[in-house]
Amino acid sequence: MTVTSLSAAPPLPTAAEKLKFYGLWVATAIALLALPHVFGSGASLTMFSLIGISIIFSLSYNILLGQTGMLSFGHAVYYGLGGFMVVHAINIIGANKLPIPLPLIPLIGGLTGLFFGALLGWVSTQRSGTAFAMISLGVAELIASSALILRSFFGGEAGISANRTKLLRVFGWSFGPQIQIYYLVAAWTLIAIIAMYALTRTPLGRMCNAVRDNPERVQFVGYNPHVVRYLAFCFSGFFAGIAGALAAINFEIANSAYLGAAQSGTVLFAAYIGGIGFFIGPIVGAILVTILSLGLSDLTQVWQLYFGLIFIAVVLFAPGGITGLLMMHRPLAKGGTLLTVLPSYLIALVPTAAMIAGLILALETIVHYTVNPGDDSHIKAFSVAFDAASPYIWATSVILIVSGYLAARKTWSWVAHAWDRASSEAREKGFAA
Amino acid sequence: MLELIVISTLNGILFGMLLFLMASGLTVIFSMLGVLNFAHASFYMLGAFFGFQISRWVGFWPALLVAPILAGAIGAAVERYGLRRVHRNGHVAELLFTFGLAFVIEEIVQIIWGKSPVDFRVPPSLDFPAFTIFSTNYPAYKMFMLLVSIAIFVGLLIVLKKSRIGLIVQAALTHPQMVGHLGHNVGRIFMLVFGVGTALAAVAGVIAGPALVTQSNMAALLGPILFVVVVVGGLGSLLGAFVGSLLIGLVQTFAVSMNGSLASAFGPLSSAYASTWLGDIWGVTIAQIAPIMPYVLLVLILTFRPMGLLGTRET
Repeated sequence: MTVTSLSAAPPLPTAAEKLKFYGLWVATAIALLALPHVFGSGASLTMFSLIGISIIFSLSYNILLGQTGMLSFGHAVYYGLGGFMVVHAINIIGANKLPIPLPLIPLIGGLTGLFFGALLGWVSTQRSGTAFAMISLGVAELIASSALILRSFFGGEAGISANRTKLLRVFGWSFGPQIQIYYLVAAWTLIAIIAMYALTRTPLGRMCNAVRDNPERVQFVGYNPHVVRYLAFCFSGFFAGIAGALAAINFEIANSAYLGAAQSGTVLFAAYIGGIGFFIGPIVGAILVTILSLGLSDLTQVWQLYFGLIFIAVVLFAPGGITGLLMMHRPLAKGGTLLTVLPSYLIALVPTAAMIAGLILALETIVHYTVNPGDDSHIKAFSVAFDAASPYIWATSVILIVSGYLAARKTWSWVAHAWDRASSEAREKGFAA
Repeated sequence: MLELIVISTLNGILFGMLLFLMASGLTVIFSMLGVLNFAHASFYMLGAFFGFQISRWVGFWPALLVAPILAGAIGAAVERYGLRRVHRNGHVAELLFTFGLAFVIEEIVQIIWGKSPVDFRVPPSLDFPAFTIFSTNYPAYKMFMLLVSIAIFVGLLIVLKKSRIGLIVQAALTHPQMVGHLGHNVGRIFMLVFGVGTALAAVAGVIAGPALVTQSNMAALLGPILFVVVVVGGLGSLLGAFVGSLLIGLVQTFAVSMNGSLASAFGPLSSAYASTWLGDIWGVTIAQIAPIMPYVLLVLILTFRPMGLLGTRET
């Protein structure tokens, strides 16, 4: 136990810290405003919108996994229900000419997510850990299968669509063009990020962390872990509903894929690859995963396989995710010993990259022979063309994998040594890892 | 009516025993390693596809033996080189690792065998009706499936209760440290159990493959039901898994064979309501809601008995 945790409250932030803190949000807002002026093409605007939606969804997921320690396999339920309700709401509002403008519509999705979170959450959060994971999976399957039965509400396999431009206009914005949708998504993303960050600073947010770390002690302090988990679950449902609503507005359609296991899996991938230990982790993950899923599909046929392999690699080698990896280096950077580690990284990177290249080469040639064996053997993957039938390719990939693996093992142990030296030096200077 | 009941009971027990072949491995792995193997149904799928491929090359009977051994070897390798490494990072990381594995296995199966169902046929030596009951021919292959799963169930019971290795496994369930102190290699026991558990799932896959559809989505279809079984039965309870398997098997089979709906019981809705969502609920038959029955059961059990039917653990 450190000395600071004994004092009743942390010291009030100084003016400089406050400036830094609020400056960060203002800078984010300005960056979001300026983004379409730098990358103005339709494709990039669509991508930014998707990234924004994914950020809200991943952050809402991290309220469960990262902050309260509940691994959910069915978070898409609240996302999807929010989306469906919003499509219905747009249709009803448009038909009855109600005075509700589009920018307020995501709130309806959020409230829907909150409602279903409150409804299904009490049963789901009775237990934590593995049991919670299984329950969330079961509830998700229940809702997703019911969606195919209740055809008039969920529209069966085709889904239901809406026209977002038919609503009350404010300032003459029709929300037809993608740029207007981008600004809508960006505004909601910023609001949601601030709200979810604020949530982590409240007593409830702190109790969530306590429930994650030691539910038994939480009971000793006089809280009911079940209630804390339930509240976290409700908040998480609310923000997931907002994300689903924005997705429905963006695509002007909601279908059963919104609720499905694939959607739940994607948000889990995004949050975990980004890193669940830090608030910013899911944001990084959402950006990366959205870009990967949009970009990889152009580069290779089997992008989903790579996606899964990346996820397994993160679970195996970087359980803190990308932000966890970066944050590990903070004490070294503060202690000024980071530069002593970097050369060993560069050395280790070469054989690792060679091994990965060999694996990709082997995978792509195998895929060529199993998926489309009749085609021309001159294939192109990751915009590199090669001949899958050539024995040189096979030999190259084998050599790359074997020698890369052997060399990587050696070089990563050097990295470990350099790391130990650097971190003990940093610790001596008073920057604990 | 009686015909329906007899046939559905037979089919239900058969499906239940198949589920138990998988749920037993899942439960033992969960009790020993503390990790719920999300990829368990994927090994069932691997078993089915290996069985299909091997029976094409050398016939069904060798496949019944070789495919589970192959899948079990893969399972053991996964434990040795994957799970054991992730174990340091806690149970969530382990569960996530198996989740990623399930995803990757499905992708690989799609790459190798494609997305559409493969033509995995019942072997000719078993392709005849076993007996006729109320004018329904009951296929011999289904009786064979039932016999195999019962034989494995009995064998498993004997091994666990009577043999030395079974005793060590039972001891390692509750006191892994103590077993280690007594000089047993706990790591190897874990690997063995994981391998055997996944091999059992693969056996289920090989024998279910010809009767059900062998397709790359079969793991995703069955996996959630499998988890319902172990949660309903009580996590970590082998007997609970047995009861849960039979319960889910019977519930689903009976639901599929029933055609009643609210509309047939109380008459159709007035036309004002027929086109709304109420009409959907009114018109849906029990057979149509059969796929969601296990999940309804799950929610009910969790509401009234959170630790599961025969479970003792609160975690």
